[in-house]
Amino acid sequence: MNKQRYLLGLAALLFFGIALQACYQAMSKESEPLQNRPVQSNEPKVLADTVPSSFGYGRNATQAEIDRLDIDVRPDGKGLPKGEGISAKGKVIFEEKCVACHGAGGIGGPNGSLVTNKTPTDKRREKTIGNYWPYATTVFDYVRRAMPFNEPGSLSNEEVYHLTAYLLNANGIIDEKDVINAQTLPKVEMPAKNLFVPDDRKGGAEIR
Amino acid sequence: MKIDKIIEITQRFPEKLSRRKLLGGAATAAVAIVQTAKGQTIQKAVPENAIYEDPTKKLGTLAGEIGTRSPFVKSVKKPSDISSRSPLQDFYGIITPSDLHFERHHAGVPVINPNKHELVIHGLVEKPLVFTLADLKRFPSVSRIAFIECSGNFRGGKENLTPQEICGLTSQSEWTGVKLSTLFREVGVKPNASWFLAEGGDAAVMTRSIPVKKGWEDSIIAYAQNGEPIRPEQGYPFRLFNPGWEGNTSVKWLRRLELSDTPYYTREETSKYTEPIKDGKFRIFSFDIDARSIITFPSFPQQVEKGWIEIRGLAWSGRGKVVKVEVSTDAGKNWQIAQLNDPILDKAHVQFRHLWQWKGEETEILSRVTDETGYTQPTLKQLFEARGNDGGYHMNPITAWQIKKDGKVLFKPETFK
Repeated sequence: MNKQRYLLGLAALLFFGIALQACYQAMSKESEPLQNRPVQSNEPKVLADTVPSSFGYGRNATQAEIDRLDIDVRPDGKGLPKGEGISAKGKVIFEEKCVACHGAGGIGGPNGSLVTNKTPTDKRREKTIGNYWPYATTVFDYVRRAMPFNEPGSLSNEEVYHLTAYLLNANGIIDEKDVINAQTLPKVEMPAKNLFVPDDRKGGAEIR
Repeated sequence: MKIDKIIEITQRFPEKLSRRKLLGGAATAAVAIVQTAKGQTIQKAVPENAIYEDPTKKLGTLAGEIGTRSPFVKSVKKPSDISSRSPLQDFYGIITPSDLHFERHHAGVPVINPNKHELVIHGLVEKPLVFTLADLKRFPSVSRIAFIECSGNFRGGKENLTPQEICGLTSQSEWTGVKLSTLFREVGVKPNASWFLAEGGDAAVMTRSIPVKKGWEDSIIAYAQNGEPIRPEQGYPFRLFNPGWEGNTSVKWLRRLELSDTPYYTREETSKYTEPIKDGKFRIFSFDIDARSIITFPSFPQQVEKGWIEIRGLAWSGRGKVVKVEVSTDAGKNWQIAQLNDPILDKAHVQFRHLWQWKGEETEILSRVTDETGYTQPTLKQLFEARGNDGGYHMNPITAWQIKKDGKVLFKPETFK
């Protein structure tokens, strides 16, 4: 008996509650912005992510881990390793490992000239380290990173310094006797340093 | 061996069901992937007569583990030594099937074991961190449909060129991953960091310098493509994705990000991916993909018939949404607004269409897109006037197709030198 009355009461309450709520919602939809409305328990709501300042995923990188991967070299010389190279020794390595792709003396190979040809046969000027690369450090970075094509990452830092010296000398940028190392390489002025301008395209009507 | 599963035979566009043409003159109809009685999946030639039997009189293939294309469909990329182009003329809607997404890599596709591959973020950060693939997947994820286009994506010079050959180095996927900004917060990028180096784990150890601003805006570290893990050709297990920017900046097989206060001037942003403008100068760090469109139907080598033709194509912009595509069917004298099929998404390929009644006259059909910045796709002549005649990266000219009297469609090569 008691239970029955209790259930009836509960049903009445629920009905009244729902009706009231519907009324309230109808009113509030008209007049109030969503965020000001009182929260209804059965109203679906989408909350913005509560993004923590840190998720705590991942683990700390050790300096040894970073050093193993951090092979890049910037124009200011940051990243250049110990060691040094000279053109004469670079020439020997070049003739053994690079000449098949880049041609004798770095000119005219099937995968692109690296050295500017002073007596070009073609009308179109080939882009080379001597006439198109703005920073000498890029030569060291790229050769160490990706060359030779069939044995990437196989050269020692010393060999890369020798090759860098050779390619700079062959392009007439440094003297044959110049020693290339972490101090001297960033100071080498490249002929193409001022060839480049920032992108000025920005959409809109003008074609740039 | 009994063939009880015929899943795929490769051949596309049997316009006229000439068997000779369909079979390329071969004695067997095509190659099918079949399942043997032991459940092994193998490739097997399908006899010619199997195709033309009444399918209502023969029990079909049972349910399988992986779907395949119809035996009558052949849609393939066009590879060169350094890239592989998407068959734009074969596509419907705006999503590129993952196995037909263009490829461009500089030392091949590496095989990477995801359990041994990690992403290191260091440099100008409070807390250098290492993330595994599993770590990246735990972060809040985002998905967006957007294109990737190689900035060296224009070929012309002869009439016999397909859309795939002209500009097949663009493709579109739904990319899923973690926002780079989420990772930037996790490592605590320092206020003086203005650039970051993105480095891949392939044999080229590909590197590009990217402004930190882009990373805060909309870069993603993507680990999934069209609902499945990214494919090896697209950077498995994860890649950087810079929406709207030249494809090379979206470094694949990503292994390292270094925050810096200066760009690195790597080989790929100096010797390559720079382009001539006037006065002997060259543009550097030219990231945005300018708006572009191309009619993909009708196109070479198709032949059209008189009557109604629905001209179809793709349009996109790296700077936002496409707002308008115009089509000309009289060699550029008059332009009509084309219909754009939903959805029209930010930095995404959009499909356009325009109904045209061809009465047999010789003409040229063209399309040009306008994006939300007000930029309208230029002619090749306009590009040459603005930048000089040397071409190079970021060429996005209006593409014209010649319609010959017999209905043959040919690309229209242009020269202004």
